[in-house]
Amino acid sequence: MELRGLGRPRLPRLLVALVALALLAEQGPRVSAARGPALWPMPLSVQMSPRLLRLSPDNFYFSHDPSSKAGPSCSLLQEAFRRYFNYIFGFYKWHHGSAKFHTETELQQLLVSVVLDSECDTFPNISSDESYTLLVKGPVSFLKANRVWGVLRGLETFSQLIYQDPYGAFTINESTISDSPRFPHRGILIDTARHYLPVKSILKTLDAMAFNKFNVLHWHIVDDQSFPFQSITFPELSNKGSYSLSHVYTPNDVRMVIEYARLRGIRVIPEFDTPGHTQSWGKGQKDLLTPCYNKQPPGTFGPVNPILNTTYSFLSKFFKEISMVFPDQFIHLGGDEVEFYCWLLDIISTIKKRSIVWQEVFDDKVKLQQGTIVQVWKQELYAHEQNVVTAAGFPVILSAPWYLDWISYGQDWIKYYSVEPLDFGGSQEQKQLVIGGEACLWGEYVDATNLTPRLWPRASAVGERLWSQKEIKNIDDAYKRLTIHRCRMVRRGIAAEPLFTGYCDHGDKM
Amino acid sequence: MAGSGLWFSLLLAAAFAGRAVALWPWPQSIRTSNWFYTISPHSFQFKYHASSAAQPGCSVLDEAFQRYRGVLFGSEVWPGPARTGKQPMSEKTSLIVLVVTPGCEELPSLESVENYTLTVSDEQCFLLSATVWGALRGLETFSQLVWRSPEGTLFINKTEIEDFPRFPHRGLLLDTSRHYLPLPSILDTLDVMAYNKFNVFHWHLVDDPSFPYESFSFPELSRKGSYDPATHIYTAQDVKEVIEYARLRGIRVLAEFDTPGHTLSWGPGVSGLLTPCYSGSQPSGTFGPVNPILNSTYEFMSSFFLEVSSVFPDFYLHLGGDEVDFTCWKSNPDIQAFMKKKGFGDDFKQLESYYIQTLLNIVSALGKGYVVWQEVFDNKVKVRPDTIIQVWREELPVNYLKEMALITSAGFRALLSAPWYLNRITYGQDWKVYYLVDPLEFEGSAEQKALVIGGEACMWGEYVDTTNLVPRLWPRAGAVAERLWSNKGVTDLDFAFKRLSHFRCELLRRGVQAQPLSVGYCEQEFEQT
Repeated sequence: MELRGLGRPRLPRLLVALVALALLAEQGPRVSAARGPALWPMPLSVQMSPRLLRLSPDNFYFSHDPSSKAGPSCSLLQEAFRRYFNYIFGFYKWHHGSAKFHTETELQQLLVSVVLDSECDTFPNISSDESYTLLVKGPVSFLKANRVWGVLRGLETFSQLIYQDPYGAFTINESTISDSPRFPHRGILIDTARHYLPVKSILKTLDAMAFNKFNVLHWHIVDDQSFPFQSITFPELSNKGSYSLSHVYTPNDVRMVIEYARLRGIRVIPEFDTPGHTQSWGKGQKDLLTPCYNKQPPGTFGPVNPILNTTYSFLSKFFKEISMVFPDQFIHLGGDEVEFYCWLLDIISTIKKRSIVWQEVFDDKVKLQQGTIVQVWKQELYAHEQNVVTAAGFPVILSAPWYLDWISYGQDWIKYYSVEPLDFGGSQEQKQLVIGGEACLWGEYVDATNLTPRLWPRASAVGERLWSQKEIKNIDDAYKRLTIHRCRMVRRGIAAEPLFTGYCDHGDKM
Repeated sequence: MAGSGLWFSLLLAAAFAGRAVALWPWPQSIRTSNWFYTISPHSFQFKYHASSAAQPGCSVLDEAFQRYRGVLFGSEVWPGPARTGKQPMSEKTSLIVLVVTPGCEELPSLESVENYTLTVSDEQCFLLSATVWGALRGLETFSQLVWRSPEGTLFINKTEIEDFPRFPHRGLLLDTSRHYLPLPSILDTLDVMAYNKFNVFHWHLVDDPSFPYESFSFPELSRKGSYDPATHIYTAQDVKEVIEYARLRGIRVLAEFDTPGHTLSWGPGVSGLLTPCYSGSQPSGTFGPVNPILNSTYEFMSSFFLEVSSVFPDFYLHLGGDEVDFTCWKSNPDIQAFMKKKGFGDDFKQLESYYIQTLLNIVSALGKGYVVWQEVFDNKVKVRPDTIIQVWREELPVNYLKEMALITSAGFRALLSAPWYLNRITYGQDWKVYYLVDPLEFEGSAEQKALVIGGEACMWGEYVDTTNLVPRLWPRAGAVAERLWSNKGVTDLDFAFKRLSHFRCELLRRGVQAQPLSVGYCEQEFEQT
């Protein structure tokens, strides 16, 4: 008793048939989602030969090329080697019998080489170089990148190339890949104010982001409902403004998130939205919010009170702390009212940070400093908004079509996937101002119980749109790859929900 | 509900006693007070009353006592009470359970009586019920009455509850064909069903995409029709385990084997069962619904349902009967010839009826009752008068309430599912929409309304597997549970919101990954493993 003919989109059904046929043709009777390489997001250039190499966990390792600017002292890479070894071998059924392969058909080593100054111990930033080339051949393959960030992306791709053949043998095609992202800013927004997310959930999200080559965690950390960020300068903010004393991010938690993200080539951009969306600030900071008069009951408060000097000295100190806690060059300032902003933007530039604001700040004609990034989020006429903002010379992050908290029945990933971020009238120069986009998962109805299946693989659609070339937009092909990619995420411990009817072939009943 | 002295009436109690009355679903009658007692894990016990028909050794209650100990106190072993003197007067050290009729080893049925009364007073904590099934419902209510101070002390308020369900069939459908659900997912769901006082697990076992049920008469069915015969099947042992696990929680297992449509996965395991489709004069190589014109079809169905009726002990089987696509039947020359011979003309509904009637006769002869989807009624198949018709279509051929009126005026019993397709997700608090449905809100006589035996929340599996099942089900299905258990008048959304928010936090505390209703938090959040 399914809802046949009652509103299921037609396209995906056709797709399923196509995919089923394709898989049948390739693999015999059973339609499963876990065999064969499936790259997600699709790299810039892939040449794959039919020649197969085998790998064995007993006889494969990652190592540093002697000429590499990064070596075993680069813990970022050492950690990544360990992670990817496990992703590749750790979760599969083991088929012992100690197979001995011929040297020329066995892949024994991936030799990693960083060409320029490795940036191993720095934080990624908006201009970090994520490009890499991957040459897969036996017995030694090569991964080459200018910086460690490219190595991380290349390791992910390498791990996606490996699959188990029908007999369980780890297999990879000889291939040559060169890759770099289409947009430098590829983000996920999480909201820890409407619901608190335990640190573990955030770290899991960072794992999944790396699998999808996302590189920005936009942390909407506080809002009206709660203030979980523990400030050293103003501890009362979270003491009084958090849901409870266990619903707090300590300085140590924040450091852990930032470092975990760094190791995966992900930036953490905090958002402290003012002067609106600040009800929770008022509890711990006396006189910060505007007392309301008129018919409001006494004791209600509005936005941050912009007429008091104390407000500004508080915000100066507060953002000074923020600028030291969060190493990224950018701080997201949210966005509402006008007067207030000119002033706030000044604070930010005196602490040597750059600002991101929601589109209202631009729409309300606040005088923005050059280089302030405008995030476009309103659904209506977003292409027009992109055009206007870029025409005024400001960089743009696109989020409007990617509000993943707005769930609906069926395969909505197709809708997210089919967005073209540069599809607005405007000059070449304007288009270059679009630095990327973000998938937003606002927290009104999301907490640790449903975050992961709601985010993945739906956000993966955005991940490919922002990484891969404009021309990579065939839905059938994407469906096929994404189905396998979601099973891969499940295998790696991410409870990514299914795209449609079917199953994952990894023997653990998932 | 005449309140005096310490007693409060329903809504007052909600306002004053706060956490003490966060019950879900809301009982038929409750009197509660802001006087409370403590409960200590060291000394508290569940006990059988000396004159109870159920005594130690009663599997259903012995295990329930153990489960609810875990729910109340966690799984750790508590040492006995420190012998430092008398218990304080305000401490309750036991819940005494008295069951009137025996029946610990039986299965719950549609006719099972689930009534109970629960008294927490100065004198005693006492649970009285006609059957063990009623005792289970009462234990759940008892566990929901207990609340915790921030320091972890347990309390229970002085309370009197008289409770019984509004409808006897309160079901939840899971679909294990579109996606296979591992056994633990099913068992965990049964636990949460019991927390919500659901009492029917409608198991939509097989469908077009896969056939995970391992038949011992026809092992080829799952060998060839499951996603993976090594991992994606339910063995006889699995099925037994589900049935017993459900029984211990007072839940019936209603197995569905849907025919003649939705059967593509049966084809590979039973040659000749499905209708070969034709394109022009040639078989196209594809297959349609079960082939209704062959004797072999009915021989197979006889043997298969003979097995099914012994594997699944409930009196009822669900026989499906929905959404039969006639295209393939129309294309097949043998079927055309059969239609002519039978004088069906071009009316394929008559052919469908022919199949279903024959099948129903087979199943009746096995001594089983049956539930079918509404198409069987819509297509005027002649069925036994005690057939249960399940309504699933929201608007067509008629609005579901109209359909309920039609079915009951024809004298059949009806089950409502149409407004409760939980797989159809939308943004926001859709639980309110489910909650505000009233299954009896159709025009019809009192006799007609008495034929509505309940309803089911359905979680179809196109987009649901073990990764997202739990948060998608709970607490949304809870809205349906209360609608089917509580009194018709319990419809206040604010009151429901408060209790359901609290209940979902209680579910988190019990380890259930239930999603939030709205912004906010629970003392104990879900922790990823």
